[in-house]
Amino acid sequence: MPPVELLLMLLLLATVIVVARLKDLFAAAMLTGIASLLAAGLFVLMDAVDVAFTEAAVGAGVSTVLFLGALSLTSRREKQQERTRILRILPIVIVVATGAALIYGTWDMPAYGDPDAVIHHHLAPDLIAETEEKIHIPNIVTAILASFRGYDTLGEVVVIFTAGVGVALLLGGLGLRRRDAGTEEES
Amino acid sequence: MRPPSRVREMPILRVIARALVPVILLFGLYVQFHGDFGPGGGFQAGVIFAAGLIIFALTFGVEALRQVVSVVLTERLMAAGVLLYGAVGVLAMFLGGEFLNYSALDPLTTGHHGQHLGIIAIELGVGIAVAATIMRVYYAFVGRRLDGDGEATEPALGAEPGEGTP
Amino acid sequence: MSSVQSFSGLWAYWLIIALMMVGLYIVIARDNLIKKVMGLNIFQAAAILFYVTMAKVDGGTAPIVQSGADHAGGHGGHDVLYSNPLPHVLMLTAIVVGVATTALALALAVRIHGDYRTAEEDEAVIYDMEHT
Repeated sequence: MPPVELLLMLLLLATVIVVARLKDLFAAAMLTGIASLLAAGLFVLMDAVDVAFTEAAVGAGVSTVLFLGALSLTSRREKQQERTRILRILPIVIVVATGAALIYGTWDMPAYGDPDAVIHHHLAPDLIAETEEKIHIPNIVTAILASFRGYDTLGEVVVIFTAGVGVALLLGGLGLRRRDAGTEEES
Repeated sequence: MRPPSRVREMPILRVIARALVPVILLFGLYVQFHGDFGPGGGFQAGVIFAAGLIIFALTFGVEALRQVVSVVLTERLMAAGVLLYGAVGVLAMFLGGEFLNYSALDPLTTGHHGQHLGIIAIELGVGIAVAATIMRVYYAFVGRRLDGDGEATEPALGAEPGEGTP
Repeated sequence: MSSVQSFSGLWAYWLIIALMMVGLYIVIARDNLIKKVMGLNIFQAAAILFYVTMAKVDGGTAPIVQSGADHAGGHGGHDVLYSNPLPHVLMLTAIVVGVATTALALALAVRIHGDYRTAEEDEAVIYDMEHT
């Protein structure tokens, strides 16, 4: 693995571990934004410029604003957890066991950046060739997103729409649920 | 965190936001319509455009933003974006192709222009839907505070304390 | 296959798995609902990184066709070598869907806080046991 990517990955890991340890949720929210920015840097190094673009805009921008908005409506600090010894150790045991199983699963995987990996020879060459041949737009990612997998993307947009409707129904919004002080809606 | 009312009195933030917001919105449009040629597309453009407007709201207050983009408008645009996407697919069916087969949009040539046209149209639908959804979600979180609900301990982002309470 | 050399290309996956496990730890070990959503976000970012890592081709370039590049020759051949664009497409939409679902999860946490006056899972469970 090239040194720049290793460095970014280690920084990302360090940021995320600090997020796990912090009790101040406000600071943790800001650090998740930084983690997203580091991830976006990694995406650029891995040639995924479109993904990097999205991650930088979503993770470092909108996501952080949403977390801060939610924190302003709940509490800024996480409570100190008082746990028995077994309940403190059990999650670590589960996480280490899961991680070990996943690492065992990577033994059969192709090495990082291996051009002979199976996924580079099955569908991708066809899509790249057909983009140049049939669609004539330079950005292959956009061509696949909008045309070859257009039906899939329609579904994704509907998911986003549904999530927006869900948030609007759960939280209401400006003026829409401005009601008299006497009437509580849920009781 | 400083109270928002004091944030709004800070001249550096106000001046920089005033200069940056139009640039961010313009960049969002560039990403939207240049997505065929370089990195970008509807998803990114929608997020960037909404983020620019949210920065405006954080600095100048939600009420100022609501005068530009009302809550009802965001809800209508959410649906309009999805419908625009679907309408392109149905239009392709009426023109003799399959659902979302953009080549049918341009029967005269071999389909390159149809594909290009279709991709621009659906990316626009995606961009509108994503931007409107994120705006609506932001309004939901801020409006929850303004409607005087919840025992909030911190002032909401961009919301004046007691600004919306009757 | 089991020589040390064959493992040298797997470090990227292992670091991503470590990242993913930190996210999993936050989700199962923390009681604060907002913190749990942060953990889910980290888990999701790790999954996205995993896909994009698999898409990388050594010596490849970003999957954007340059005009006239067909004849420039990337690897001594006819075509330029691109990284695999398909995982990029899937992850691009996954990120935006992810922020929408994050918003929904945060909205649920806010509603729970509105009803229970706490965003801590254990306190809400204790409240439920006391009031039913």
